[in-house]
Formats: sequence, structure tokens, C-alpha cells
Amino acid sequence: MSNQATTGQTAGHDNAHGSFDTRPIWRTFWILLVITLVEITLATIHMKTGFPSKYVLNGIYLILTCAKAFYIIAEFMHLRHEIKNMIMTIAVPACLFIWFIVAFLWDGSSYNALRNRYDRHYADQNKVKVEQPAEKPGKPE
Amino acid sequence: MAQAVPAGQKWWSGGKSPFNVEYGKLMMWYFLMSDSFTFGAFLISYGSIRFATNGWPNPNEVFKAFPFFGETNLPLVFVSLMTFILIMSSVTMVLAVAAGHNGDQKKVTFYMILTILGGLAFLGCQAWEWTHLHTEGAWWGRNPFPNADMSKASTNFTNFFFTITGFHGFHVFSGVIINIIMLIMNMRGTFARKGHYLMIEKAGLYWHFVDLVWVFVFTCFYLL
Repeated sequence: MSNQATTGQTAGHDNAHGSFDTRPIWRTFWILLVITLVEITLATIHMKTGFPSKYVLNGIYLILTCAKAFYIIAEFMHLRHEIKNMIMTIAVPACLFIWFIVAFLWDGSSYNALRNRYDRHYADQNKVKVEQPAEKPGKPE
Repeated sequence: MAQAVPAGQKWWSGGKSPFNVEYGKLMMWYFLMSDSFTFGAFLISYGSIRFATNGWPNPNEVFKAFPFFGETNLPLVFVSLMTFILIMSSVTMVLAVAAGHNGDQKKVTFYMILTILGGLAFLGCQAWEWTHLHTEGAWWGRNPFPNADMSKASTNFTNFFFTITGFHGFHVFSGVIINIIMLIMNMRGTFARKGHYLMIEKAGLYWHFVDLVWVFVFTCFYLL
């Protein structure tokens, strides 16, 4: 943490009138903006060149999204500055979310692999292609 | 950097609020936890179904329009604008809370108005997105977009999209209503009379939650 950020934090904690420090707020805004721009840049690079692979890319997105969530909760919602035990009552269930994210990707993917392996009809269904739509998206049925 | 408290402080013996925080604020946090589990359940079911399915539409093919640009191929641009609008409105909300801490009623009014405008702008954008997709034939039960590998897509794609973004949009809408009520209460001097702007803080927590959910919805539908 830079010296400036630290003084910002301590000044911001003075609950007397006229001293809510908004510098950490703007710093958080820039961090969120940069993270979002990085995500979009990676998405665009992937669209044009196929690099990095979708798996790596998804992993990066999830980590960056969790980073954004952390900053919004800690700074905008001010949770970082509450009493430690209260932070825990929020943070511990939030860690469950990390597990949920991992679980949904893993479980879904596993189900897909297993179903393709054991259900021939399901695997073949995917091979039936629709007609190529023209430049415009398809019309409703 | 949690709040500094004297060692040996007995928090749970009565007579003071255990976390040194107002009851309403703590309850708002716990309401937000429950609401985030609801959204979490929706997004997890979306993720499980999506990755369990062989083919899925490519989001960059589906979501490539931009208002007033006609037929165009600008994937991620419009949704980035929506994300920026919502983050900005979160910043103005924090500035309103800051102004409340400083007892500055006029500034609270100013920032609340900006936050409400940001929320309305986001809702307008979402409405445009829905209308555009609808004119292309998408709706609950109707999916005109083929999968990325050109096999026929299931309606799961549009069902999940409209349900989850709709549920989120409903939260944005209710957040805007709450913010309008806060604005009116502030302009009438309710908070100045009470001596504290805690209600603005609680409304702020709800508004940031709405922003937080959008960050996840944006990632799940447009990026992954």
C-alpha cells in the first residue's frame, strides 16, 4: 500500500463531521474500470486470435470477477472497515460462493462428458446442423 | 483493516450493539446475503446446464448490437457501457453516503439524483437490449440463435438469459424506487432532523449489491 493510500484510510476513519475521505472510493473506481477493460481486451483478443484458450480465459474471468466483487464489497459497501467478527459473518458464507463457482463448472462439465460417453443418441444429436443463417439472425419459428 | 476496538471489549453482554453497527444496517447485510444466495442459485443452475450441454450459442454472435448503429458487429461494447453506467452510479451513491457523513444535505440530494439517473439509464439500456433481442425472435420459449457449432440450440439459452437479467433488472428497478424515496426524504429534511443519514447508507448497501450482481451476471452471460 502506498503511503498516500494509508493516510487516506486513517483519515477516512475519523467519524467526526467533514472527514469522510473519498480518495479510496475513486481509487476503487479506477481499479474496477481497469479490471473490466482488461476482461474486454482479453475477450477481444480471444475473438480475433483464439488465444488464450477458452479454459484459461474462463479461469481468468472468474478470478477477475472475484477481485471486482472483493473491491465492491470492501470499499463501496465499506465492509473492510467494520468489526472483524462482522466481516467474518459475511466473508465465510461468501467463500461458499467460491466453492459454488468451482462446483458449477466442474459438475456441468463432468455431466457433459459422462452423458456423451453413455448416451449415444445425445452425442449424435449435436451433429445435426441447422441451415446456415444469412447475415441477418434467423427468423422466429 | 477492520475497525480498531479496545481489547477486552465485552460485545455480547448487552447494552450495546454487538458489532458496533446499527441494527438496520446489519439486517440489510443479512438480507443481501440471502438475496445473493438466490442469485447464486440461478447462476449456478445456468452454469451447470450450460456446461452440461453440447452446443451453446456464442455470446459474441448474439449480443453484438448497439443502439442507433443498425446492423453492426460490436460484441461486448453495449454491455460494457451498461457495466460502466452501473459502476458510475455506485460511485455517486458512495459519494452521497460520504456527503451524508459530512452532514451536507445539498450534496446528498445532488449525488442521489445522479445515482437515480444512472439506474434509469441502465434500465433503459436493458430494455433496449430485450426489445432488440425480441425483434430478432428471442423470448422465453423461443431461441432463433444457432449454437456456435451450428447445431440447433435449445431454448435454455433465452430462458435463462431473460429470467436472470429480468430478475436483476427487477432489483435495479426496486433500487431506483428506494433511491427516489431516499431523495424525497432527504429533500424534506428528514435526515437533517434525525441527525444521521443511516438510511442513505442502507439504501447504498442495496444499490451496491445490485451492482455486484451485475458484475457476476455480465461475466456469466457475456464472457464465459
